[in-house]
Amino acid sequence: MSVVSQVSPDGQKLTISVKGRFDFAKHQEFRESYESRDLAEVVIDLKEATYLDSSALGMLLLLRDHAGGDDSDIRVVNSSSDVRKILAISNFDKLFDIS
Amino acid sequence: MIAVQAALEPLTILIAEDSAADRLLLSSIVRRQGHQVLTAANGAEAVEAFRQQRPQLVLMDAMMPVMDGFEAARQIKALAGETLVPIIFLTSLSESEALARCLEVGGDDFLAKPYNQVILAAKIKAMDRLRRLQETVLQQRDQIARHHDYLLNEQRVAKAVFDKVAHSGCLNAPNIRYLQSPYALFNGDLLLAAFTPAGDMHVLLGDFTGHGLPAAVGAMPLAEVFYGMTAKGYGLAETLREMNAKLKRILPVDMFCCATLLSLSFQRQSVEVWNGGMPDGYLHSIASGERTPLKARHLPLGVLTPQTFDDRTEVFPMALGDRVFLLSDGVIDTCDVNDQLFGVERLQQVFAANRQPDALFEDIEQALRDFRGEARDDVSMVEISLLDPNLLSPPAPIYSDSGQSCPLDWSVSFEFRAATLKRFNPLPYLLQLLLEVHGLRTQSGALYSVLAELYSNALEHGVLGLDSSLKRDVAGFARYYQQRNARLEALEDGYVRVHLQVTPEGEGGCLVIRVEDSGKGFDVERVMARPVDPVRLSGRGVSLIRQLGRNAHWTDDGRSARVEFFWEALA
Repeated sequence: MSVVSQVSPDGQKLTISVKGRFDFAKHQEFRESYESRDLAEVVIDLKEATYLDSSALGMLLLLRDHAGGDDSDIRVVNSSSDVRKILAISNFDKLFDIS
Repeated sequence: MIAVQAALEPLTILIAEDSAADRLLLSSIVRRQGHQVLTAANGAEAVEAFRQQRPQLVLMDAMMPVMDGFEAARQIKALAGETLVPIIFLTSLSESEALARCLEVGGDDFLAKPYNQVILAAKIKAMDRLRRLQETVLQQRDQIARHHDYLLNEQRVAKAVFDKVAHSGCLNAPNIRYLQSPYALFNGDLLLAAFTPAGDMHVLLGDFTGHGLPAAVGAMPLAEVFYGMTAKGYGLAETLREMNAKLKRILPVDMFCCATLLSLSFQRQSVEVWNGGMPDGYLHSIASGERTPLKARHLPLGVLTPQTFDDRTEVFPMALGDRVFLLSDGVIDTCDVNDQLFGVERLQQVFAANRQPDALFEDIEQALRDFRGEARDDVSMVEISLLDPNLLSPPAPIYSDSGQSCPLDWSVSFEFRAATLKRFNPLPYLLQLLLEVHGLRTQSGALYSVLAELYSNALEHGVLGLDSSLKRDVAGFARYYQQRNARLEALEDGYVRVHLQVTPEGEGGCLVIRVEDSGKGFDVERVMARPVDPVRLSGRGVSLIRQLGRNAHWTDDGRSARVEFFWEALA
């Protein structure tokens, strides 16, 4: 599995980890990882993501929409310098808490 | 057993065997298994039978008079073409070389004499499976090829329609160089350029998420907004707000458009930039060799709601010959075999090594090829230089009305107050109103430039009290526009009044424009005494107004400006 999701014991936090290239090929898996859940707090762990393309940015927007849009609480963590550059160019730090 | 036989469609099987007894025996075995049988007594007869009746499978004796089985197999395979006609060799040969030869000439299997009925039936079944597999593969291949043709045709038509829209602009202007794959549209890349009524140039390089038709769909409304609003004289901020609102409304949540939008002013020698999600562009100063990055300060278009969208732009001074270079992420995201990105550092190395500014695109392409071995098909680059405006010829706008209802004797006054000045640009409306007067249409460029200068003088120096001498140097230039944004944001009162008066004079007519502001005014005599200096960054507005309009003068300590335009009888 290249997209792994895990819910915290109190059921409040969903952590989604993406491995390898985060691109259109992960569309289905990524969507399935959160679709059926109520999202109070989401963490996207990109520790093992090597690359991120614009369709991955689109997937993040879909997730944000699903999690309540402007009221969502989504953190993107452990992004590599390459991945962070892509997020910075797109100014996604204005929508997500990126570290 | 019955079930298996029912599943097996009866085949037409050709039996080529020179021994009449063997032929008879084999025929009856095969018939009993439910198949139709054709027979041939040698290779030549077998080829002829195949030619005429196209059996689906062949049982072929290897050793026959006239033409042996090897040659017959070769010819039958050639006749069958792409269709798989399995050939099973019947042979008493036992040395492995001879058996191997059966397969080399195109045979699919062999069966040793004497015949074992069970094995023969099994082999026919196995070969029939192969035959059908091949048939299915061919059908699917043809279907895919047909779909692919449809798709290419659809793309061709879509591209032709789009090219009509996209190329209504001025991408062929002498100061623009660009490089785009012919099907860039289907990679989501979009390049648009058009002149404003004042002769400024707006350029958009955009990159939609995704590929194929979905990426191309959003391009059409974006182009419409870009061309429509640029032609009407709207500025970058209004155009951006409209483009963002439109894309936000029509695109699904996960689709958006990274874009850089530029406004190049040849008169003011400056460039205004908004970058949402595109890689850094570069402003290349030819004199100093310096390249100022034009950074992405914003989210892409179509992500934020109209209420949260940020239309703030940055303005940079330019000198004649300076260039603005924009590129799509296809350049820096090109990967080598080890998934390493080409990256910004390598791009900057190409900049540093570039000796011939005109060969920059070629240098970058070469570097990409050296890095990767092959070029990606979604690389877009554009370079716009600041030329002497006299070298550019913005196309004359086309009007569709007849002129029968042209208004010739009227006046109108507007007062734009603080809350309006903050957000609203009245110039496109004023220009549209004035261009109802046919006699003014031939001077629309000058008219718009003068209106724009009068309005921005009244707003920036009058209402906002900005000091134009700030724009003396490059750092001051940036500070000026920062102050402009800050003061506009904080503006609570003040006004700009615009009075327009059109009167007929003989066969022609006269337009008087008066613009007043609530500011402190300025020392008219001192400003008017200044020589017209085309290289200075500041104070260009006043000399432009004096050059383009007639009888320009200022009263009320500079708080009121008056300019006239005349026209003669229409041809």
